[in-house]
Amino acid sequence: MTSIFVVVAATATVLTLAYLYRVAAGPTVFDRILGLSGFGTSTTIVLILVGCVYGRLDMFVDIGLGYALLNFVGVLAAARYFERSDRR
Amino acid sequence: MSEVLNALFLALLVILAGAAVRVRDLVGAVLILSAYGLTMSLVWAGMGAVDVAFTEAVVGAGASTVFFLATLLRTLPREQPRERRARPATLVGVLLLGGLLLLAIHEFPAWSDPASPASLHVSPRYLRDGYRETGAPNIVTAVLADYRAYDTLIETVVIFTAGVACWLLLPRRDP
Repeated sequence: MTSIFVVVAATATVLTLAYLYRVAAGPTVFDRILGLSGFGTSTTIVLILVGCVYGRLDMFVDIGLGYALLNFVGVLAAARYFERSDRR
Repeated sequence: MSEVLNALFLALLVILAGAAVRVRDLVGAVLILSAYGLTMSLVWAGMGAVDVAFTEAVVGAGASTVFFLATLLRTLPREQPRERRARPATLVGVLLLGGLLLLAIHEFPAWSDPASPASLHVSPRYLRDGYRETGAPNIVTAVLADYRAYDTLIETVVIFTAGVACWLLLPRRDP
């Protein structure tokens, strides 16, 4: 059972490279911010899967919720800053 | 089992660090560094140090990103173009240093080896008496928040002072 979680977590980790490409290459700032948001979401999923691997799901769900909130707030803060500047 | 995941996370860290250096747009570099912080906190979580993981996520991925972005808003967003070719002497120096570090790796005890010298000094006492003395079920939390409480408290004072100094020094933004 744990091997399934390891495989899924490894796949999700590899798939974050797609988000990373958008963050690195994205033409506008908003592409980069959205890419980072997606990266954070994938990271949260991987964290929960790591919790499944360790069998400490209750603890890792709490941290995962914190991650998700933090990611959301971070993206909001970044978007707010760029809304105030006239640059794209 | 989780060695695969750890190796993947560490490989992702290397990729992220390289990307943060290579990308031309400074905003992109800052956002990649934020992703680096998230991945680093995954590594900490994989080691079971949950509090360190959360601190890394808050500071590395959250606060420092916002600070960097605020700085970039007030300064130039683009890196000044410059020569990017590595000089041969630099390359040789980096390779030599890296080779030396790789040579030293096999002297280390195995990862999470309970018989390593660092684990035999004070760790057994913490593991034996930590829960009874502090009541914290996580031993990392017990060491950080109880045994090193003064250290953590003074760190907080230092960070608070630095924050107040920045707040006083920075000019108010004109609307």
